[in-house]
Amino acid sequence: MTGSQTYRLPDGRWQKAEIVFWLLPIVVYFVASDYLLLASQIFIVGLFALSLDLILGYAGIVSLGHAAFFGVGAYTAGLLASHGWGEPLSGLLLGGIVAALVGWVASFMVVRGRDLTQLMVTLGIGLMLFEAANKAAFITGGVDGLSGMAMDKVLGIFEFDLYGKVAYWYSLAVLFVVFLVVRRTVYSPFGLGLRGLHYGPKRMPAIGASVYRRQVVVFTVGAGVAGIAGALLAQTTQFVGLDSLSFHRSAELMIMLVLGGTGRLYGGLVGAAIFMVAQNYLADLNPVYWQFWIGLLLVLVVMFAHGGVLGGLAALRQRRTKEATK
Amino acid sequence: MIGNFLGVLFDGIAYGSLLFLIGIGLSVTMGLMNFVNLAHGAFAAMGGYVCVTAMNQLGVPFLATLPVAFIATALMGVVLERTLYQRLYKATPLDQVLFSIGLTFMAVAGMTYVWGPTQQPVRLPEFLTGQVHLLGLDLGVYRLFLIVIVVFVTAALVYLVDRTRFGAQVRASVDNQQASAGLGINVNRVFALTFALGSGLAGLGGGLGIDVLGLDPSFPFKYMVYFLLVVAVGGAGSIKGTLVAALVLGIFDVAGKYYAPQIGAFVIYALMVVLLVLFPAGLYGKKA
Repeated sequence: MTGSQTYRLPDGRWQKAEIVFWLLPIVVYFVASDYLLLASQIFIVGLFALSLDLILGYAGIVSLGHAAFFGVGAYTAGLLASHGWGEPLSGLLLGGIVAALVGWVASFMVVRGRDLTQLMVTLGIGLMLFEAANKAAFITGGVDGLSGMAMDKVLGIFEFDLYGKVAYWYSLAVLFVVFLVVRRTVYSPFGLGLRGLHYGPKRMPAIGASVYRRQVVVFTVGAGVAGIAGALLAQTTQFVGLDSLSFHRSAELMIMLVLGGTGRLYGGLVGAAIFMVAQNYLADLNPVYWQFWIGLLLVLVVMFAHGGVLGGLAALRQRRTKEATK
Repeated sequence: MIGNFLGVLFDGIAYGSLLFLIGIGLSVTMGLMNFVNLAHGAFAAMGGYVCVTAMNQLGVPFLATLPVAFIATALMGVVLERTLYQRLYKATPLDQVLFSIGLTFMAVAGMTYVWGPTQQPVRLPEFLTGQVHLLGLDLGVYRLFLIVIVVFVTAALVYLVDRTRFGAQVRASVDNQQASAGLGINVNRVFALTFALGSGLAGLGGGLGIDVLGLDPSFPFKYMVYFLLVVAVGGAGSIKGTLVAALVLGIFDVAGKYYAPQIGAFVIYALMVVLLVLFPAGLYGKKA
């Protein structure tokens, strides 16, 4: 936390690295066309991680039940599609809106307490929704999951194909658009206020900022984005399972975000990519060992690699510029 | 009808006693060190596995395995506390949560590797099985045994905390670490011993609970919510609060599953959210 770099005002200009980052998916499409399904999964989970980054990395609310909103979005979109409303974009929007509504209601319970209470309330809300979806099998399909969705063409032109090409571009486009919105939010005065909440929760009220209202807003927005990610998963895979609401999903999401680095927008995306690619290779070998390595990785990140991959890179760059100016 | 209700109440109290036994260690670590230790269930599971292994591989009788489970998990606790946990006392809750989730993942994978993914069988001795007829009620002997043990453990804990020198040191450290250290209390040693005691009690609870809670590698995650619940509702660091919360949750859980199986676990989660919203610092907690 030293140096003038950390404390400068937000600067919304696009950096070269960011532009390169967003060109990567286009390269991937042509180079690794066998992995399109995995790549679109990464986009979706990355979007989900972005939503957690908003409330955890920026506003500092520790949530152990973020999958609740992902699941709400997924079931909303899934139910719409399986009952004849197959138009993707409106389904996506509705998924986001319903999740945001649930998040809005939940936020009043979450923002009341501090760390442990927040943790428990988010965990409890997640578990409650999981149980509800489990017991309401007549609507959600319960353990068997929800299937039998018929999706219309995206924008009335592109039909979802077996190779996942449309799903790839569709997920990427949604991710990019939502990312733009979130990026703009984070660099706005409101975003600056969120950082203020995180680093100085006692000083914010002193300068006349309402902590409560900001937390409610950011939690609602985060839930909405998570809902869009869930809806995206439902539409592209045309299946919604109970696991979309599970505690494991919330925990894994947190792992990805921390692995990539919190409070950096790109952390969730990078973390999701690393995590999913590693899972794709390692989990095939042995799912039990995979869990062990993930656990070890988590312990190591917390102990030694604070800030995750992006945090490490930033520290490295800072050190290099310092040496250069010497 | 009334007898039925009393039976549910009795089972609930027995279940709550177990939750108390396992949860108390978590409550103390949270109250004393402000450490959100999600891996606490893993200590309980370890205790269970120690019991099962001693019983089935070495032929130790069930009752004799319980102290072994206590000592083994307490030792494990103190080693982990000195090597890993103590580095994170000053860390943010997020780091603590992530660290302990990581530890739990590793424990679950390790247990699956060593003992396999299936439920572990436990053979209770003859005199602890069956039922007794008491005051017009048929009560499970083992559940009665659980309650008796927990009454003894609670009495011992209250004595330890309220009457002994070590207890005074613990209370002082909970109230104000800096001042206690200034008065010459070796706070680090108090932390380590308390952590060991808490882990040991969790191990004991895990061993005792095999028959009631079951034992398989998913144990730490399956019951994590319940232990956290007991602590969050009771208020971290309070023996009385933890006991009350454990009994209330135990009774509501058993009653919920008995009278309204369709909504099952829903009762307990709803109760938790309501209680937490009403009492953000727990029933008997320090002011947050």
